[in-house]
Amino acid sequence: MENIIRQLEAKRAEARAGGGQRRIDAQHAKGKLTARERIELLLDEGSFEEWDMFVEHRCVDFGMEDQKVAGDGVVTGYGTINGRLVFVFSQDFTVFGGSLSEMHARKICKIMDKAMQVGAPVIGLNDSGGARIQEGIDSLAGYAEVFQRNVLASGVVPQISLIMGPCAGGAVYSPAMTDFIFMVKDSSYMFVTGPDVVKTVTQEVVTQEELGGAITHTTKSSVADLAFENDVEALLQTRRFMDFLPASNRERPPHRPTEDPVERTEPSLDTLVPANPNKPYDMLELIEKIADEGDFFEIQPGFAKNILTGFIRIGGDPVGVVANQPMVLAGCLDIDSSRKAARFVRFCDCFNIPIVTFVDVPGFLPGTAQEYGGIIKHGAKLLFAYAEATVPKITVITRKAYGGAYDVMSSKHLRGDVNYAWPSAEIAVMGPKGAVEIIFRADIGDTEKMEARTEEYRKKFANPFIAGHRGFIDDVIMPHNTRYRIARSLKLLREKDQENPWKKHDNLPL
Amino acid sequence: MFKKILIANRGEIACRIIKSAHAMGIETVAVYSDADDGALHMRMADEAVHIGGAAAAESYLLADRIIEACRSTGADAVHPGFGFLSENAAFVESLKAAGIAFIGPDTKAIAAMGDKIESKKLAEAAGVNTVPGHTGAIADADEAVRISREIGYPVMIKASAGGGGKGMRVAYDDDEAREGFTSAVNEARSSFGDDRVFIEKFIEEPRHIEIQVLGDKHGNCIYLGERECSIQRRHQKVIEEAPSPFIDEQTRRAMGEQAVRLAAAVDYSSAGTVEFIVDGQRNFYFLEMNTRLQVEHPVTEYITGIDLVEQMIRVAAGEALSIAQEDVRLTGWAVESRVYAEDPYRGFLPSTGRLSRFRPPAEGKNVRIDTGVEEGSEISMFYDPMIAKLITYGGDRAEALTRMEDALNSFDIDGIAHNIDFLNAVIRHPRFREGRLSTNFIAEEYPDGFQGAPLEKAEQSALVVLMAHIDAAERRRARLIEGQAMPRPLPARDERVVLCGDERFDVAIEHDGAVIALDGKHFAVRSDYKPGGRLVQADIGDRHMVVKLRRKGSGYSLNYGGATLEGAVYSPRGAELAALMPYKAPPDMSKFLLCPMPGLVVSIAVEVGEAVKAGQVLAVVEAMKMENVLRAEQEGTVKAIRAAAGDSLGVDDVIIEFE
Repeated sequence: MENIIRQLEAKRAEARAGGGQRRIDAQHAKGKLTARERIELLLDEGSFEEWDMFVEHRCVDFGMEDQKVAGDGVVTGYGTINGRLVFVFSQDFTVFGGSLSEMHARKICKIMDKAMQVGAPVIGLNDSGGARIQEGIDSLAGYAEVFQRNVLASGVVPQISLIMGPCAGGAVYSPAMTDFIFMVKDSSYMFVTGPDVVKTVTQEVVTQEELGGAITHTTKSSVADLAFENDVEALLQTRRFMDFLPASNRERPPHRPTEDPVERTEPSLDTLVPANPNKPYDMLELIEKIADEGDFFEIQPGFAKNILTGFIRIGGDPVGVVANQPMVLAGCLDIDSSRKAARFVRFCDCFNIPIVTFVDVPGFLPGTAQEYGGIIKHGAKLLFAYAEATVPKITVITRKAYGGAYDVMSSKHLRGDVNYAWPSAEIAVMGPKGAVEIIFRADIGDTEKMEARTEEYRKKFANPFIAGHRGFIDDVIMPHNTRYRIARSLKLLREKDQENPWKKHDNLPL
Repeated sequence: MFKKILIANRGEIACRIIKSAHAMGIETVAVYSDADDGALHMRMADEAVHIGGAAAAESYLLADRIIEACRSTGADAVHPGFGFLSENAAFVESLKAAGIAFIGPDTKAIAAMGDKIESKKLAEAAGVNTVPGHTGAIADADEAVRISREIGYPVMIKASAGGGGKGMRVAYDDDEAREGFTSAVNEARSSFGDDRVFIEKFIEEPRHIEIQVLGDKHGNCIYLGERECSIQRRHQKVIEEAPSPFIDEQTRRAMGEQAVRLAAAVDYSSAGTVEFIVDGQRNFYFLEMNTRLQVEHPVTEYITGIDLVEQMIRVAAGEALSIAQEDVRLTGWAVESRVYAEDPYRGFLPSTGRLSRFRPPAEGKNVRIDTGVEEGSEISMFYDPMIAKLITYGGDRAEALTRMEDALNSFDIDGIAHNIDFLNAVIRHPRFREGRLSTNFIAEEYPDGFQGAPLEKAEQSALVVLMAHIDAAERRRARLIEGQAMPRPLPARDERVVLCGDERFDVAIEHDGAVIALDGKHFAVRSDYKPGGRLVQADIGDRHMVVKLRRKGSGYSLNYGGATLEGAVYSPRGAELAALMPYKAPPDMSKFLLCPMPGLVVSIAVEVGEAVKAGQVLAVVEAMKMENVLRAEQEGTVKAIRAAAGDSLGVDDVIIEFE
C-alpha cells in the first residue's frame, strides 16, 4: 500500500512536470503559459479536479513505446468559475507538442460526455502541433470522435475555445464547431494549411500571423470572436464571459445581483439621434447606457462593425444585444453583418438568453460584390435566425427601419414580443428621397415638385405612427426611459413559452 | 426696468445671463444657430429665435438678425455676453437707432478702448501707468529697429487691432525686431485687415492682473478688486483667481484708482475690466480695457458677493449704482478653472464630438459651475472650445484650491478629450500653490507638453489600496451569481498582488475590504463604491479621495489629481504568471502621418514618391476654425496618400504613409 502511494506520488509528479523544465521554459519564452498554469488562472483557486492524469498513449511505432508522459499531452477535468461548474481540457504543448493522439482525444471525449450529462460548459484551451503523426489514423479517428461530440453538444452546453498556440489542419475543426473562439495575439494561429503549403500551391508569401493570427481571424475571416493581448488576459476575460452564460440549454442564464436600478433614466439618450437623418451616431453609447453598470461584453468587435453584438445584463439578468451601428456603412445589413448577427441570435436562442435588438437600418447594402457574394442567402440567415428564435425578443427602433431590413431586424412580424419605437423612428419601405423617385417618376426633372413630394412623404411616413396604426409597434417610448421599458418587458416575458413545430432540424440557408 | 432681454450669445455665458435675468423677473430671449438647435441656452430662455448658420459669421455676428429677433420678440434690451458683438460699436449704434437698449457701455467707451493705440494714449492722458513704448505709425522694419533700441530690448511688437495673441512678436535684438516687425505686419493684415503695429517694452516674468470696474450713467464708478489671470497657455487664460496672491492692499488701491480714472475718462457705464501687466516689483502697466463682461467674472462675484450681470442690467436701465467704493469688501478666495475641449496629452489639440458623459461635481455654496452644455451635447468645431467654468470658493486660497481639487476629481467627462487632468496638475503644482505665478508659468513648467501629473508616493499607495478594495468588492459580488454548484467563500484574509506596470504591490484584504494591508501598514478603507461605479468617494487611512474609475480589460484605471494609475489585481499565483507575459511595444506609427484631431482635410501638400525633409508641410487640417499645419517630423519618402482634400477625418486616421 505504501509503495502504491509512493508510486502514485511519483506518477503525479511526473504528470505535473509535463514535458520537463526545458520545454516549460521554452513555452514561457514564447510568452505562453503551460497547460496547468492556464487552468489555474481560468478556474477558481483550488477548484480544479484533474481526471485521467495517468493516461498514456498506446503507440508502439517509431520508438514511441519508450516515450510516454503521464497525461499524454492534455490536462482534463472540471472545476468552477465563480462557483459554477465547467469542464476543461488544456493541451500541453510541452508534451509531444500537444499533439493529439488516440488517448489524448479519448480524455477530451470523456469530459465532453460528462459535461453533456450534467449540463455544464466545456472550455477547450488549444495549444497543439496537430495530429500525433506516429499514430496515423488512430489520431485522425480521435479528432473525429471529438468533432462528433462537438456537434452533439452544440446547443446543449456552451462550448468555448481558446486558441493559445498552434491550431492547424484538421485540428481547427473542433474549435470551429464550438460556440465561441477566443485567440491570443502574436502567439496563436489557426489555418487549414500553413504558409509553406500556401507558398507551394498558390505562390503566396504570407506569415503565420498574417495567414491565421488573432487579428486576421477577428477582423478578416470572422473565424474568431475576440483577440486578447496575452494568455492571462484571455483567461481572465473568459471568466468574465462565462458569467453571462447558462450552464446548459436546460437553464436560464445566471442572475447576478446589481445595485444599478432598472428605473435609471438617461436623459442624454433623448439627444442621441441627431436631427439630420444622414448624420451617424454611436449606437454603443445607447447599449452602454441601458446596460447594468455600463458593462457590455462585445462579441466580434473587429468584424462587420456595421452591426454590434454582445452581452449585457439588465436587472442582473443576461441579455444578448444586436444593434445596427450607424457609424459604419450607415448601419446597413450586408453579408458579413448578417452572418455575424445570425450566429449570435442563434446562440442566444439555444441558451435561453433574451434578445434585445436596436434598429437603425437603412436597408441592405447594394452592389455586385454583395449580390455575387450571396447576400440573398446570407441575409436570409439573419431573417431565419430571428424568425425561429423563441426566446424573449424585444426590439427598439431608434431611427431608420427601412424595407426588407426592417422585417429582418426582429420585427413584430417575426414574432417580436415587444416592439418599441423612439419618436425619431422612421418605419417605411424606403427613405423619402428614393420612395418619391419611384412613386412620382414622371416628376423627376422638376426639382421643386420633387422637393415638395419628398417633404410630403417625409411628413407622412418618416415617423413611427403608420406602423403604430397597424400595431406593428406596441408603443412609442422616450429614449431616456429605454432601460426601464426593456427591464419591464424582460420581466413580463420571463415565463414566455413558445415552441416551434416538431422537426428533425430546420434547413437554415447555409 | 426692462421687460425682456435678448441674449446675443450662446453657451455658458448665455445661460449665466439668463439666470440673473430670471432672478430679477425679466423675461429672456435666446438666439441660436443651426449648430445650437436644442442647446441648453435656448431651452433655458423663455423664447428662442433661430438666426442662421452654424458659422458665427452667419449667425451670432449678424447684427441685423439680432435686431430683427429683438423686434419679433419685443425684447427691449440686448445683453451681448462676451466675444461676438460685445465690443462692436456699430452694433450698439444700430441698437440705439432701433430703440433697443444695449447692456454694456456706450459706443464712446467701446470705440476708444477698441483700438490699442488709442486706448493707450487715453490711459496716459488719464494718468494711468503704461508700458514704455511707441504708439505712432511705424513706416518700415528699419524704423522698427530704431524704436526698439530707444525703448530698450526686449521689446514686444503687437498688432494694433490684435487680440488672442495673434500678430504678437517678442524681439531681443535688432534682427529679431526686424523679422518680428515684418511677420507681425503680415499677420495683422491677414487676421484683422489692419496692418498697423506698435512696439513696447517687453516685461519679463510678467503677471496678468486685471481690475473689475463698474460704472453707471450718473457718473459713479467703482472698482471691485483684482483678478489674477497669469495662468495662460498661448495667451488663452486657463486658471484665474481673486484676489491675486501677489497684490498688497496698497497696490490694489493704486491699480483700482487708476482703473476707475480710465473708466471715468470715457464715461464708462457698465461692468468693464482694466487689464494690467505687473512685474516682479509690483510695478503695473495698463494693457487694455475690455468693455464687456469677462469670462472670469465669477471669481469677482464670489469675493464681492455682487452679481455683475444684474448690475449691468440695472445700470443699462438707468439705475444709479447702489454700491459705493467703501461698500466693496473682498471676502475669501475664489478660483476658476476653464474646462476646454482639448487634449493636453496631444499638445492641447481641440477635440469635437458628442459629450457622451458630462457629470460636473455637485454645485453648492462653495462650488459653482457655469456651463452651456450637458450630457449629450455636441461640441462642434464652430465655436470656442471652452465647455464649462468651474469656480470654487474658500475662506482662504488653500481652502479654495482644495475644493477645486475635489471638484476636478469628481468632474466626469467622456466622449471628447478635455483638460481636467491638466487643470488639476496646475492646481496641485507646488509653484502654483506658492503663488509664484507668471504668464510664462505653463511654458516654463511644461516645456515638453503635458504627460499627466506626478503622484506622491503616499498618494500612489492610497490608490493601490483603493484598487485592491474595489477589486475585492467586485470579487465579493461575483460570488453572488446564481447557479453555483460548489460555492467557495472568499478567505477571511485574502492575499492579493496589485501590478501597475513594472511595479508590484503585495496587499492583504481583510474584513471584506474594510482593511487593507500594504507594506506592513494597515489602511482602514471606507468607500461608496458599487460595481460599475465610475466615481468613488473613499477614505483611505486618514486621506479622503475622490477618484474616477474605468475598467480596462481585467484591470482598472484610476484617475486622481491629474494622474492616472493603471493596474490589475491578481492572486499571488496570478501575479507570478502575469509577470511571465511578454511586454508588447505599441505598434510603430512613425511611418504614418496621423490626423491629430477630428477635422477636415484642407490640402495635402505632397505627392506619392516625394522625398520630404523634417519640418516640411505635409497637409493642412481644419478644426475648430483653426487651420493646423501638419509637418514632417523626419526625413522620408511618401509611400501612399490615404486622404484627400475635403475628407472629414477622425483622430488617428492615417493621412500619409511613408516608406
